[in-house]
Amino acid sequence: MSGWARFTETFFNGKVMVKYWPDILSGVVVTIELALLVVVTGIAAGLALALLRSLGIRPLNWLIIGVVDLFRSLPPLVVIVLIYFGLPSANVSPSGFVSTWLSLALVLMAFSEEIFWAGITSVARGQWEAARSTGLSFGQTMVSVVLPQALRLTIPPLTNRTIAITKGTALGTVVAVTEILGQASSAMSNSYNPSPLMMGAAAYIVLFFPVVVAARWVETKFAWKR
Amino acid sequence: MIQNFFNPEIIAASWPIVRAGLLNTVLLSLLVVPLGLFGGLLLALLASVKHPAMRWPLMAWVDFFRAFPPLVLLILLFAGLPFAGLELGGFVCVAIAFFLNTGAYYGEILRAGIDSVPAGQIEAARSTGLSRLQAMTYVVLPQAVRNVLPDLLSNTLEVVKLTALGSVVAVPELLYQARQAQSLTYNPTPIVVAAAIYFLMLWPAVRLLSRLENRALAGR
Repeated sequence: MSGWARFTETFFNGKVMVKYWPDILSGVVVTIELALLVVVTGIAAGLALALLRSLGIRPLNWLIIGVVDLFRSLPPLVVIVLIYFGLPSANVSPSGFVSTWLSLALVLMAFSEEIFWAGITSVARGQWEAARSTGLSFGQTMVSVVLPQALRLTIPPLTNRTIAITKGTALGTVVAVTEILGQASSAMSNSYNPSPLMMGAAAYIVLFFPVVVAARWVETKFAWKR
Repeated sequence: MIQNFFNPEIIAASWPIVRAGLLNTVLLSLLVVPLGLFGGLLLALLASVKHPAMRWPLMAWVDFFRAFPPLVLLILLFAGLPFAGLELGGFVCVAIAFFLNTGAYYGEILRAGIDSVPAGQIEAARSTGLSRLQAMTYVVLPQAVRNVLPDLLSNTLEVVKLTALGSVVAVPELLYQARQAQSLTYNPTPIVVAAAIYFLMLWPAVRLLSRLENRALAGR
């Protein structure tokens, strides 16, 4: 057998690929579920915290800043391990899926709060005053005047951060989540062949590459005019 | 609660293990940050040539690594390559994966920095007799780096946090050592200690960044 034939036989083995294709596919479904959950809950929580912070209640703001700084400092994998291996000692045993979801959502919450907050504070003071003087309430000013301007600014940094954190769903493997990497790794050890891993790698590219390209487009469209 | 998560006896007993991990995390960071910066500088210099044949492959390279989870890259090197007869060991795999992955991120940041330096600067530098390389090294890069300093710092923070991935391929860094200590003591205290160390180590950088970012937005 030539070198090339042996290479494809090892890394792109047709039989192995056909056999483990359904496993990888089920991993793709889990990755998508996990990613969507993380994005929706993480960004919603981040926006909620930023809005709470805009109320200007001192002790509450210190608490928010503390939580945000904590989850910006800790590596996501450390948070996952802490929740999955630590909480059972407090008689709470979240599954690997829940641990990964919770951890990544908390991390995304922290980063998106910072970004939303920066966006809100960047809207000029005069905008607030003008809106309030026309008789709009605090809430109305926030929703109809400030947020539309602020959110536009937050889109490029937010998309970047969201992609980076969503890729972290692969960390779920460490706590036995059956997402793409987990499925690919166990298929690899069952078949003594790296083809499933190649399929898994390809699956990540198929899932995330279009998102990255779309993000590049969004970035130029909403670019910060400095 | 205190027995389980902040047990002083366990902290004392596991400290030598955790401390070795902390030392390795610092050493690993001192290795992979310059490695990623070097990879990024290469990419940014290639991009500054502005040749159309260069543009698309470079963009595809950067986008590929932005789309590819670093852990998958690491596992591919660590568990996939041995099938091709290449057994590299966890440490070397981490170094290669970081060079590729974080290099792409640093490259994108440095490219933006180089683009932010007005063309007149290069023209002026060249007209005083500096070569292209000299103009790049002494005139463009110092300004480029200054313009994107917050982004560089932010990415460096992410790189240091990413070293925790080493635990998956048995590199004895902080998280790995803490988990070893946890399984020896049947108590999650060492992991809490490791988390506290990460926080204390990285929090100043997070605070600084938060200020820089707010100032950048306010000064727009």
